Amino acid sequence: MPDIIVPAIQQAIKLITSGDPEVYATVYRTIYVAGLGTLLSCLWSIPIAVFIGLYNFRGKWVIKGIFNALIGIPTVALGLLLFLLWSRQGEFGSLNLLYTLNGIAIGQAILVTPIIVSFTANALGNADTQLRDLAKTLGASGFRTNLRLIRETFWSMMLSVTAAFNRGFGELGIATIVGGSLAGETRVLTTSIALDLNRGFFDIAMAYGVILMAIVIILALTVSLIEHIKNEDITWKKFSFWKMY
Amino acid sequence: MEEIFVLENVLEEAKAVSVNLEIVGLQKNYRAVTALKSVSMELKGNKIIVLLGVNGAGKTTLMRILAGLEKPDRGQILFNNQNTDPKELRQISTLVFQKTAMFTMNVYQNLAFGLKIRKVPKEVIPKRISDALQAVRLIGFEKRRAKKLSGGEQQRIALARAFLLDTDVLLLDEPTANLDPNSSTIIEKVIISQKSSQRIIIMATHNLNQARRVADEIVHIHDGEVVEIAKTDDFFENPKSEISRKFINGELDF
Repeated sequence: MPDIIVPAIQQAIKLITSGDPEVYATVYRTIYVAGLGTLLSCLWSIPIAVFIGLYNFRGKWVIKGIFNALIGIPTVALGLLLFLLWSRQGEFGSLNLLYTLNGIAIGQAILVTPIIVSFTANALGNADTQLRDLAKTLGASGFRTNLRLIRETFWSMMLSVTAAFNRGFGELGIATIVGGSLAGETRVLTTSIALDLNRGFFDIAMAYGVILMAIVIILALTVSLIEHIKNEDITWKKFSFWKMY
Repeated sequence: MEEIFVLENVLEEAKAVSVNLEIVGLQKNYRAVTALKSVSMELKGNKIIVLLGVNGAGKTTLMRILAGLEKPDRGQILFNNQNTDPKELRQISTLVFQKTAMFTMNVYQNLAFGLKIRKVPKEVIPKRISDALQAVRLIGFEKRRAKKLSGGEQQRIALARAFLLDTDVLLLDEPTANLDPNSSTIIEKVIISQKSSQRIIIMATHNLNQARRVADEIVHIHDGEVVEIAKTDDFFENPKSEISRKFINGELDF
């Protein structure tokens, strides 16, 4: 294994430091579509999650179940559906979203919706009873109570948003089918890996893989770090990595 | 001018009269389970009323209804002879839970939460908070994370948070359950210090010794019904009902 991994990491470093604009552009495009997709999704996913998490209505468990099931939706299936809808002969062909970065972003926004909805609604539901009663006995109105509960679950929400970003960042199906992996236009990290592997550039594919992993890990750690600092009231002066765990 | 003066006098007199809370025929069912059968009582300020009863007697249900967290199926709650609904009850009362709940904020923010909601003027908040912390003997705890405090400290913060609001009705649901004797003693002293003619304090407990130390009046609840209401000494020396006698002697069968 080290025979493969070590050169791959070396190749990755070489790729990053080489200053090849296409490498940077690919990384940028990947962050752009996943970031835009996640932000777009937040616009509707968080309100839906708040509604499911904080309000009781008939058939709530069915709705929760559907969203839970959709977490595992195959990206190729969703990609295919969007391809059919957005292609020239499709219902929404006039939107010209096929083979564009924004098209991938919208596809990913749909893809990550169940992740944000399920995780956030769950967190809100779990925080519910006790803190809800507490806020009420302190005199809070229904609206203020809900606002407080949302703030209490802020970091769980951030976790679901991070997970959503990572799902979009690492997915291949939508990026391939909707994006088409056009060189210099819609090619992202995952489609580059698939393509380079097919072309036999094994080391470059591995290098892209290392970059992909590194970004995902750095992002997750950054979110954890911010949460940790916020929760522990650590000032930078006092901060010590070894005290973290 | 004179009229205003007279009015002020009337207000002063009204204040001197103690607040009163009347519970009439309160009933509550949870599906097939009857938590409260028909509870009636009249309570006045300047007293600590202890709801005594075994686990599952209906103490917590009664507390939650009085706090406005739950709606009774039947019955009325009159405050100063006025009928009240749960929303109004949430304004005139506050409840300290058996299991402490803290917001993910520091102690100061936890204490200020209720004050801000009740629109207490901003400039008096810091003073009231430091007074409350002094009352529960946790001076200098403002910046500490509330959730990181020990169980006893958290419960004292919860008490301070409730006292601060200066509500007419203060409800304490087994506030010293699961605490060591030392913390319990501090909490009991603080509770006693909060007695006032303008405030009705109702505390639920199943701890007989605590009831003896704290209570002015005992309301014994059993199986969703009030079995006995009596002055503390009368209750312990000369219980009128058979159930109360058995309860005091620890002979109650379930």
